Amino acid sequence: MSFDTMELDTAGKVAAIPIDEIDVARPSLFQQDTIGLYFDRLRKEEPVHYCRESYVGPYWSITKFDDIMAVDTNHKVFSSEAKLGGIAIQDMHSVEGALELEMFIAMDPPKHDQQRKAVTPAVAPSNLLLLEPTIRERACQILDDLPIGEEFDWVDKVSVELTTMTLATLFDFPWEERRKLTRWSDVTTAAPETGIVESYEARREELIECAMYFKGLWEQRINEEPKNDLISIMAHSPATRDMPFLEFLGNLLLLIVGGNDTTRNSISGGVLALNQNPDEYRKLNDDPSLITSMVPEIIRWQTPLTHMRRTALQDWEIGGKQIKKGDKVVMWYLSGNRDDTVIDQADRFIIDRKNPRHHLSFGYGIHRCMGNRLAELQLRIIWEEIHRRFAKVEVTGEPERLFSNLVRGITKLPVRLYAR
Amino acid sequence: MVKVTFVSSDGTRREVETAEGETAREAALFNDVPGIDGDCGGVCACATCHVHVDPGWIDRVGRLKEGEAEAELLQFAEGANEYSRLACQIPIEAGVEGLVLHVPDQQY
Repeated sequence: MSFDTMELDTAGKVAAIPIDEIDVARPSLFQQDTIGLYFDRLRKEEPVHYCRESYVGPYWSITKFDDIMAVDTNHKVFSSEAKLGGIAIQDMHSVEGALELEMFIAMDPPKHDQQRKAVTPAVAPSNLLLLEPTIRERACQILDDLPIGEEFDWVDKVSVELTTMTLATLFDFPWEERRKLTRWSDVTTAAPETGIVESYEARREELIECAMYFKGLWEQRINEEPKNDLISIMAHSPATRDMPFLEFLGNLLLLIVGGNDTTRNSISGGVLALNQNPDEYRKLNDDPSLITSMVPEIIRWQTPLTHMRRTALQDWEIGGKQIKKGDKVVMWYLSGNRDDTVIDQADRFIIDRKNPRHHLSFGYGIHRCMGNRLAELQLRIIWEEIHRRFAKVEVTGEPERLFSNLVRGITKLPVRLYAR
Repeated sequence: MVKVTFVSSDGTRREVETAEGETAREAALFNDVPGIDGDCGGVCACATCHVHVDPGWIDRVGRLKEGEAEAELLQFAEGANEYSRLACQIPIEAGVEGLVLHVPDQQY
């Protein structure tokens, strides 16, 4: 990794770095989980911070809750457009050989609005009510098959499995082949450095295979009566049925990634947080009705997407700093979610918070996470069913984390279960 | 104090009293009226305080204006119609004494 080193940070070392040399884009900081030390410092000393040099070029960091909210809700000034770089700190369309996907999360109005409106009904509350029994039944099967008293990897056996089966339910995807969805999700967000794919060429090939598979499902659904799965909705809706191929693929992958990585890592992150905070675990065991407020607290605590990025369409001032037209602006949700001027005791995991949904993990404004209620539903179901079965999910070793500055991922979490 | 009535989707009516200068979102949250989430804190950023203004009140309260943030957010909300507003954008003042707001089944 030429652009990044693996030396471990401490608070003292971070404090000694000149403020304008701080670069929070380095994926290793997230993998080592020392990124919080950097954000603490930026929030205190320079909450709107300019990094001149990094492996993703120059960028602004927005680190406080209210400033993030101001950028996120101002889509007329701060664009998500893919051609300007898109929504992540690393520019879309910047890598040679990478497939140029088009998805509505990386579009501005009016096109964004038309496409989002078309697919929203699939994850709106009334459709979720129809999906809930299936999701619960499948969650129960996953939990019933787990070994008691034996060490295993929670990520693989539960987090990945549960989110994959929810996605398969949402797409009405061939059940036996559902792990393809997980693979395609991983491949979509993967850079070769992560080890998930060999090269951008290999990534391109896998994504084309994915597109062909979905094209088959699409052709099948378009010839059937409209149903409430996502492919059928997209195949029949006037706003999406005539989409160009790369846009079709892009939007499908958006829904897969949006529903996969994020919930997967929140499921793992919740187990880890409860183990790191035994008093909170005790509270939960004493009163399972706290699951309602614990779910959004887990989503805040994990912040499964660390940031979203925008591009300034005009000069604009934030927090006393002059942002210039064309500048890259990164809203660090992970930092805003630890901003104790807005969230009381923000650096503590508290499952019975008063205002648990007042967090940034879903973003705000017109690009706010469309699957937010589905994410909460899945977490609620899994915790209700865990509580019924197990007195404790005990973490038995160090978690392993993903080398990424975007997806805050837990790749391995060894656990042991205790029966109730 | 100003009286505001919230009607839930099953028809239950809850009359609350709230101070002038607050918003309908606060009137609901401060009085534990169920069905209003208001995740963003009342700054027109999340659309989880969606209400349907009673047809008799919509002209007094005002309708959504195309191109404004409130309308941009509500276009994605389930069950949005010509009577839809965000409670955080409805100021409570003497002129709305007796206001009736219908709360949808679920916020999204």
